[in-house]
Amino acid sequence: MNNAKQGPLVHIVKRGALPRWKAWGIRLIAIVAALIVCAVVTMVVTGEDPIQVYATMIDGAFGTTRKAWNLAQSTAMLLGVSLAVTPAFRMRFWNIGGEGQVLAGCLAAAACMICLADKMSNGLLIAVTAAASIAAGAVWAGIPAFFKAKWNTNETLFTLMMNYVATQLVAFFVIVWEVPKGAGKIGIINQATQLGWLPPIGGNKYLLNVIVILVLTVGLYVYLNYSKHGYELSVVGESERTARYVGIKVDRVIIRTMLLSGAICGVVGFLLVSGTDHTVTTTIAGGRGFTAVMVSWLAKFNPIFMVLTSLLLAFLDKGAGAISTNFGLNHSFADILSGIILFFIIGCEFFISYKLSFRKSAKKEADTNV
Amino acid sequence: MFDIVSFFPRAVMQGIPLLFGSTGEIITEKSGNLNLGIPGVMYVGGICGVIGAFMYEQSVPSPADMNGFLAVAIPVLSCLLGSLIMGLIYCFLTVTLRANQNVTGLALTTFGIGIGNFFGGSLIKLTGSEVPSIALSATSGYFSKSLPFAKDLGWFGTMFLDYGFLAYAAIIIAFVSAYIIKKTRVGLNLRAVGESPTTADAAGINVNRYKYVATCVGSMIAGLGGLYYVMDYACGVWSNDAFGDRGWLAIALVIFTIWRPNVSVLASILFGGLYILYLFIPTGTHLYMKELYKMLPYVVTIIVLIVVSLKKSRSNEPPASLGLAYFREER
Repeated sequence: MNNAKQGPLVHIVKRGALPRWKAWGIRLIAIVAALIVCAVVTMVVTGEDPIQVYATMIDGAFGTTRKAWNLAQSTAMLLGVSLAVTPAFRMRFWNIGGEGQVLAGCLAAAACMICLADKMSNGLLIAVTAAASIAAGAVWAGIPAFFKAKWNTNETLFTLMMNYVATQLVAFFVIVWEVPKGAGKIGIINQATQLGWLPPIGGNKYLLNVIVILVLTVGLYVYLNYSKHGYELSVVGESERTARYVGIKVDRVIIRTMLLSGAICGVVGFLLVSGTDHTVTTTIAGGRGFTAVMVSWLAKFNPIFMVLTSLLLAFLDKGAGAISTNFGLNHSFADILSGIILFFIIGCEFFISYKLSFRKSAKKEADTNV
Repeated sequence: MFDIVSFFPRAVMQGIPLLFGSTGEIITEKSGNLNLGIPGVMYVGGICGVIGAFMYEQSVPSPADMNGFLAVAIPVLSCLLGSLIMGLIYCFLTVTLRANQNVTGLALTTFGIGIGNFFGGSLIKLTGSEVPSIALSATSGYFSKSLPFAKDLGWFGTMFLDYGFLAYAAIIIAFVSAYIIKKTRVGLNLRAVGESPTTADAAGINVNRYKYVATCVGSMIAGLGGLYYVMDYACGVWSNDAFGDRGWLAIALVIFTIWRPNVSVLASILFGGLYILYLFIPTGTHLYMKELYKMLPYVVTIIVLIVVSLKKSRSNEPPASLGLAYFREER
């Protein structure tokens, strides 16, 4: 453009499908490059040897059995939310309200545990709590989906705003139920009786969560790839007009898929409250709704790959947490590192779908074409 | 009785960061880039201003020796530089490398908030200085300096003249950008790029350059919102996560105002008012009601989203190519 006679220095050509191993090779190179940049940044900030820094990160994430279980729990919860947002993304519905949907599930679980604890047996209570959480998550996702389906209301902002409405709703109930009065928090629910708590398997309170999420992962993989519903929502994502033409009821697919999204978020909320935390706070979802968007996208919306990408992001978070503690830095360092790694992975997609040909080779190509 | 004279200025001060953010995002979106990284950009704008001011305050022996011009120029320039870099990262990924705009934006927000909180929490340790907390009251004094006679003019002075210079800058920037977008050739080209990059390209407009410039200028304007928040509203005190969700509200305002910066002047003050309304509504002993009132700005945004989508008029539509990357050879 700027040098008309010679032709542009770089010419960009769209690639055909790249073999899978090559595509993953490019991603791997991007991750390695990102880790190098992260090491340099850490070195500049902390003045430590980068190898030392990564050793600290690995130790912080896997160092002891307890740390490893903590990592497994964070990975599982992040994976759960990522699974939830994925069906919606497959139909190009940008649900960034995972945070709010998880909170709605948490709130419903807490409400059941507080209000129904002395009215029924423990087994029934757990069942009711689970059902209520799933329903709450589904409703929270269903509202924006309804408006999207009927009037094409912008779903990105709608789901985003629903996050804050949910946060304030939790804040409201935290004050209503606060124990003791004036504490500003609920504290552990049913601490003495453990009513509504999920039973630990083999003495480990995280194992059940991990199992539930893994079952969900496989289930969602099958749903998306081998069921009629999964096929329909992919068609809607590719082209709404095609979907309409072949007789898919687009509005029904949108609402159905979002109800599923919300329901999975509800499950995560239930696991968080009944399974591990036994309380509810405004920050219990911990920003996972946003991180999940990136986990899901990095895995190309494939539930099986999401196990890896959520592990990567959870590892970064725990590892950078260890760096911050060891070197007396702020915990947000983790966010900076995740940001850098994400930029690299996002950027490398370009090299998978496009090819750069430089001026010289372009000329040769022209010669051979003649 | 509802005290409008004390309510209005606080609503304006809440609204100004939103106004900066939404003006910046409108300019960005007019070029077809949906920058969900604005919350992160505003954090970076704020913290870069803080770092600049902190360095300057540390370099002079006492606050009395500070040069008024430098005390303002250094934070403003470092804020602009920081937000420019954020804008460039976004552009490089989405325009040059054609990455998904939603994901890039969210990553930028994570990154930006991380930078803000990290440097906000570690600046003192990193620079090895001996102060207990980052309180840039001297610099803040220059930023929040209002007209000397404002206080003497009674309620009129308090309501309209008693703000720092950045507040007026925000309003001027909003009107100027509204004028540029609507009335000038540059604005026409910009809108063409956002509506149909293919047509714009055919007409000889450099699409990528417009996208880059619009997004970077938009980021710089949004970054000033962060700076205003720290230096004027928060009196120079940086506390982590204090800026909160204002960046997201700024993005919501873009739809609320239907991509018009001049409307945003009033709309952001309205949102600012909703943001602090809970402080002015008497709740008696029911303290928990305050939490419900804090929901107001979000509920109002949702209602506006629905109403805008119900009306379906052509001028209310977002730029047609919003969120899509442009590749000339892909028709």
